[in-house]
Amino acid sequence: MAALDSATGRPLIRTTVRGGEPAPAATELPAKLRVRNLDFYYGGYQALHGITLDIPENRVTAFIGPSGCGKSTLLRTFNRMYSLYPDQRAEGEVLLDSTNIVAVARDLPLIRAKIGMVFQKPTPFPMSIYDNIAFGVRLFERLTKRQMDERVEWALTRAAIWPEVRAKLDQSGNSLSGGQQQRLCIARCIAIKPEVLLLDEPCSALDPISTARIEELITELKNDYTVVLVTHNMQQAARVSDYTAYMYLGQLIEYGDADTIFIKPQSKQTEDYITGRFG
Amino acid sequence: MNPPQLNPLYRARKRQNVVLLFISCLALAFGLFWLIWILGTLFYEGGAALLRAQFYYRMTPPPGEDGGLANAIAGSVLLLTAATLIGTPAGILAGTYLAEYGKKSWLASATRFLNDVLLSAPSIVIGLFVYSVYVAHVRHFSGWAGAIALALIVVPVVVRTTDDMLKLVPNSLREAAVALGCPTWKMIVLVSYRAARTGILTGVLLALARISGETAPLLFTALNNQFWSLDLNRPMSNLPTVIFQFAMSPYADWHRLAWGGAALITLAVLGLNIVARVLFAKKD
Repeated sequence: MAALDSATGRPLIRTTVRGGEPAPAATELPAKLRVRNLDFYYGGYQALHGITLDIPENRVTAFIGPSGCGKSTLLRTFNRMYSLYPDQRAEGEVLLDSTNIVAVARDLPLIRAKIGMVFQKPTPFPMSIYDNIAFGVRLFERLTKRQMDERVEWALTRAAIWPEVRAKLDQSGNSLSGGQQQRLCIARCIAIKPEVLLLDEPCSALDPISTARIEELITELKNDYTVVLVTHNMQQAARVSDYTAYMYLGQLIEYGDADTIFIKPQSKQTEDYITGRFG
Repeated sequence: MNPPQLNPLYRARKRQNVVLLFISCLALAFGLFWLIWILGTLFYEGGAALLRAQFYYRMTPPPGEDGGLANAIAGSVLLLTAATLIGTPAGILAGTYLAEYGKKSWLASATRFLNDVLLSAPSIVIGLFVYSVYVAHVRHFSGWAGAIALALIVVPVVVRTTDDMLKLVPNSLREAAVALGCPTWKMIVLVSYRAARTGILTGVLLALARISGETAPLLFTALNNQFWSLDLNRPMSNLPTVIFQFAMSPYADWHRLAWGGAALITLAVLGLNIVARVLFAKKD
């Protein structure tokens, strides 16, 4: 049943255009996150309008679109970040496997632990590099010193930063460069072994070399995690994503295989944005 | 464009710069002048008293006899410690509520406003308040009454600085902690407090510095005691009231002790600040 793209060998995901087919429910890949009719409100302002899409497991999905289109808002509903702010609310469904994240009332931290998030600006905690990684692990696991050492090394290795920090694990996380701090944050996420990794413009504060390293890292990480990436940088989306969603004014305009979106977009709006005529 | 020497706007701006720089230096000199004068007088008059060992181990003397301030020093240390231990936890917890939970809610705004009123309340009012609700009922002056009065001065200072310092912690840090699955209280204790701890500590020190010189609230509460006493249920000697009493007296040796006491308070506050700063500067 799973049709393969003749050029890339990747399974096909059906491209959807707003106003066309109702829901892209029929991806041939197992979906890790399923978003259904999601509306989002900042107080009285509606920022997302009936978003419906499937995010396939072990793939990189990118959200692109002009500033204020709601791509970060959408990402932030996936781990209920908005619950920190009393005037923000979401309606609809975001299913992680079979749990509706939007409706979770208790044990929210357990859901968040399954969905790691890395933010636009690096956010190292004001503690040592070692403790930055151990912080999240200690929340859910009791490890011996030796096991914790191994976990810290494993996470830092996985985030491609171990060689740079192995000799200064007791130094403050703030002593690292911006790019290193961001990889430290990715390591901190990975250390608690989440299932989904949300990346909110992770490279926008970084220089090109650090950006390239993070992009490389993202491509590696998708073997074990479902990665969702918000980016302003279309080249970045084209380079690292398998599936791409174009959003505009709180609506999902087009969603599908990255190659299709970038080479042969179905929607005129998407095409205008991709080609730089708009946005 | 004209070369710099010829551009009239540029020349006018340079002149303004010189004038403003001169005025701000003058303002700085004005402030420093009084500060140095005060500190100079303090140590000129009180320095000699500080150097005598008996200043630290003999009791406050009757007029005409030799003595020290041992009972007042011990009393002050005890009162300040008790007041800080009572006031700091209450202040930090209230400040935490304001910054982390209440935020802009009605209750938080009202609390913040009342706290600011308390912050600027004259300390003699606080002394009278503790007198009327505590001292008048137990019918005796006591160290506890003094500690409570001082604690009431500590609370609003600590609430205000804790609130302000926690508000400076970027939300992105909180979000990052919560995104790892951290419950709110743990996020506050492990991340917010850590990020704001230098500021919060500064607030506590500021409060301590303020109460170490307060006399008015102690006059109606701890009163004074000529003898050595560490019993917080009895009137307790303390530096500010002894300084007040001795400085107002006609006796030259009491004056010397009062100057010494004033210099000691100043040095203690300065020393505490330096120690705390050195200790906390090492981390991060």
